Amino acid sequence: MKITEELVDYISILSRLKLEPEERAAMAGELEKIVSYMDTLAQVDTQGVEPMSHVLSAVNVTRPDTVEPSFDREALLRGAPARDSETFLVPKAVE
Amino acid sequence: MTWETVIGLETHVELATATKIFCSCTTQFGGAPNTHCCPVCTGMPGALPVLNEKVLEYAVKASLALGCTVTQNCRFDRKNYFYPDLPKAYQISQLYLPIGRDGKVSFPLPDGGRKTIGIHELHMEEDAGKLVHDPWQDQTQCDYNRCGVPLIEIVTEPDFRSGEEVVAYLEKLRETLQYLGVSDCKMQEGSLRCDVNLSVRPAGSDELGTRTEMKNLNSFKAITRAVQYEAQRQIERIQEGKRVVQETRRWDENKDATYPMRSKENAQDYRYFPEPDLPPIQIGDDDLARLRAQMPEMAEAKRERYQAQYGLSAYDAGMMTSEKALADYFEECVALGAEPKTACNWIMTQVLRKLKELGQEPGRMAFTPDRLCRLLALVEEGSLNRNTAVAVLDAVFEDNGDVDEYVRAHGLSQVRDTGLIEAVVAQVLADNPQSVADLRGGKEKAFGFLVGQCMKALKGQGEPKLVNETLRRKLEEL
Amino acid sequence: MELLDLTALQLGEAIRRGETTIPAATQAALDRVAAENPQNNAYITVLGQQAMERAERLQAALTPDSPPLYGVPMGLKDNLCTRDIPTTCASKILGGFTPPYSATAAERLEEAGAVLLGKLNMDEFAMGSTSETSCFGPVKNPRDLERVPGGSSGGAAAAVAAGMGWYALGSDTGGSIRQPASYCGVTGMKPTYGAVSRYGLIAYASSLDQIGPLARDARDCAAILDQIAGADRHDATSVAGPYGNVLASLDGDLRGVRVGLPQECFGQGLDEAVERAVRAFAKALEARGATVEEFSLPIMDYAVPTYYILACAEASSNLARFDGVKYGWRAEGYEDLTDLYNKTRTQGFGWEAKRRILLGTFVLSSGYFDAYYKKALQVKAVIAAAYRAAFERFDLLLTPVAPTAAPRLGESLSDPLKMYLSDIYTVPVNLAGLPGVSVPCGADEAGLPIGAQLIGPAMGDAMVLKAADAYQREVRA
Repeated sequence: MKITEELVDYISILSRLKLEPEERAAMAGELEKIVSYMDTLAQVDTQGVEPMSHVLSAVNVTRPDTVEPSFDREALLRGAPARDSETFLVPKAVE
Repeated sequence: MTWETVIGLETHVELATATKIFCSCTTQFGGAPNTHCCPVCTGMPGALPVLNEKVLEYAVKASLALGCTVTQNCRFDRKNYFYPDLPKAYQISQLYLPIGRDGKVSFPLPDGGRKTIGIHELHMEEDAGKLVHDPWQDQTQCDYNRCGVPLIEIVTEPDFRSGEEVVAYLEKLRETLQYLGVSDCKMQEGSLRCDVNLSVRPAGSDELGTRTEMKNLNSFKAITRAVQYEAQRQIERIQEGKRVVQETRRWDENKDATYPMRSKENAQDYRYFPEPDLPPIQIGDDDLARLRAQMPEMAEAKRERYQAQYGLSAYDAGMMTSEKALADYFEECVALGAEPKTACNWIMTQVLRKLKELGQEPGRMAFTPDRLCRLLALVEEGSLNRNTAVAVLDAVFEDNGDVDEYVRAHGLSQVRDTGLIEAVVAQVLADNPQSVADLRGGKEKAFGFLVGQCMKALKGQGEPKLVNETLRRKLEEL
Repeated sequence: MELLDLTALQLGEAIRRGETTIPAATQAALDRVAAENPQNNAYITVLGQQAMERAERLQAALTPDSPPLYGVPMGLKDNLCTRDIPTTCASKILGGFTPPYSATAAERLEEAGAVLLGKLNMDEFAMGSTSETSCFGPVKNPRDLERVPGGSSGGAAAAVAAGMGWYALGSDTGGSIRQPASYCGVTGMKPTYGAVSRYGLIAYASSLDQIGPLARDARDCAAILDQIAGADRHDATSVAGPYGNVLASLDGDLRGVRVGLPQECFGQGLDEAVERAVRAFAKALEARGATVEEFSLPIMDYAVPTYYILACAEASSNLARFDGVKYGWRAEGYEDLTDLYNKTRTQGFGWEAKRRILLGTFVLSSGYFDAYYKKALQVKAVIAAAYRAAFERFDLLLTPVAPTAAPRLGESLSDPLKMYLSDIYTVPVNLAGLPGVSVPCGADEAGLPIGAQLIGPAMGDAMVLKAADAYQREVRA
């Protein structure tokens, strides 16, 4: 399959990655090579085969609805690149 | 040309579990920012979700109550998008195999009719965090306490034709979920939130028009008004020869209008795929049967039964079933031997009055049905008059005090000593010859005066029926 | 006694007998790290003083009944979270991140008395087959510093091979334990999917990732597996397997064990020296009583494309949380929220990670999902079924680990597709969720180590280790 630079742009926006123009061309080329190889899967007859989302046979793994102590806030906040005493900070994100 | 409004609803309901959907942090409302958090709900690298068993149980019960077919092999999917209220950058939700599908809900309309709408699906998912903009720093603060609070999203078919129908459905939905005990459905705390999809078309048309989605509708009033506004806006656009744009609009309560939300920079391509961290769910026939058997009698059924079995009026039956905790209270009183109508009266007037005074909800009430029943029994046997009984209830309600003890301690029992009453009556007759004469002369009012004098002499504690009878008899004997 | 030549179990025994001490062993390993790390770059973080203090504490609490690996110094791949110790995934984007919690597997080893020497270098976010994509620079193969150690657990394999610790935990998504073990000449094992809790393992591809040991021999791997395996309430995909006694079950007896050789693994592209070594490995198994038979497993040819579709799809989602908001590195000079995301992620991820994120986003995106992602899930089902069928005929499968011995540094990155294709023998094992072990079995003309891979049925972890151990007994004998 042909991977156009427009397609690379589209998936870059979805991925929040911004490639330089020359990188974009290089990426399109590399992806096209790999995707073309992936296209060989079309040769496998999978008619009626249920997609296998989980390889394990385990089902219904749940936990009881019992409260356990939450983490110390400082331990969760300490690695934040921008923070105040109680919250994580980001540039304006509220309308 | 007449127009028809076509509405579908997406309702998010917070489940009443103690812990979050995928970790053991509390779901308690409020709390200082980021204090109900752990590596799982803040999206720390390496943390993994584990499903809360109660969420599954509640979602199945809600599906059953809304007439859905329960998906016995279901699973979770990831919905991917970037936003600071979503620390993993994906929401664990259900797209491909939601827990409930193809339901039906029937509910009464304000005009006395009924309406049935279809439920497209019901799925489980996690809530996002709270963002607060701080104008001083011109930064947005992220609080992840809400992250991972369990939700069910109930998506209806586009079966509504007016805002009134929408509100009637939501009332039924709220009542149903409260009765199931799966949610408290408090709109003001955001535990029931609604997005409205609306389009218009010429009456009689089978085709759907272009729809808009309205968000931020946090009261029934807002929904009614937003529906009216948005339908009118779309009709006017079409009449002006313009197109309705498919977009998300925000209801502004203050301006009474909807506004387009700033369109996200990017196309909506959520790239859903099966959540690999959560094994699939299998609900066996026996599990389903067990949960079905646990389904409580719903409000509408109770209302009918209360009228048929207990002879309550439609209004009274409605009051008694307005909340499940109240209906449970009433039924317990009846089970303890209270006369249903009397119990209903007392609950409606006195119990609800006290709850209002104290700002309490029926589910949290200290005053137990056995206490109320004891009070009613004392009135019934004549040991207390009604006014005294109300005073006793006032006194013991908050702390569920012992009724008999209170009556004894305060000397409130009615006087039923016939000897004492006869003596008092004789004395009153002797002291008031003029009144006796008036009565004989046909002035019935005088009887009331004499009763009053007797009660005064008995310090208000004479049993009214006994005092009346004794007075009549003595008058005849004169 | 040269401490660094002992296996982990031998060192543990020497410690319990008082023939050496935990601080002495720890110091010996740290000295080796100080000498070798500047050359091979196996460690990202070295815990010198912290490790010595821990060694002293453990020595003071030593009893004759201490567990088998008590006091044995080791390292952890740097994608395993360690409380209060930096955990980087060898990525700039996790700069400054010190987790507030530890991975379950790391905790279980700590409870068993492990001394943590440090955190091991790797391919960025475990994406790679050479350990060259690390933001801390490439790891070099201790057997030949011109060569790669394999990847992505290259630091782990290099450390064990160079005596910079007696064992290590790595992670294996498509061969990331087995292939570097093979290139560096150590024994490395990927357990059955679910055997070891993934809690605290920074996810690359959640449905394929599995934590496992790299060590001097199969017995060490068994002892480590006995410590770390088992259900964990923090990982819903972890299962309680028949573990806890794997070490005791290694008896060297392979009588009646049926071993299958997939013909597809011995065809085009396989280095002759590797083929010779693996066939000799088969002979050794026969000498221990196993029967060996060739058979055909044609679906294997589709494992690599299937693997890259699924792994990249999950990676695109798993790596979305690295956005400069909650932890790690944030770019400077952003204009608004979207710009913050774009700049942080574009500057924070390396090229290989970006390529896989974009590939994964593509296969999940609207219009391509069915043709790629869904199709890959279907082929995965076909592959898993083919392996299940194979295990009705055989108790174990034997294949090479990689088509060649370790390539030269810089050789692989220029052609990503070629690099992906070299994973052909290892990725089907992850797709089918099976246990696999990489066992050193000789060297090529240049003296570079070669590895054989033994694959077992699901939960057959004890069986693959038993066969690996039997081989190691046979060649020692």
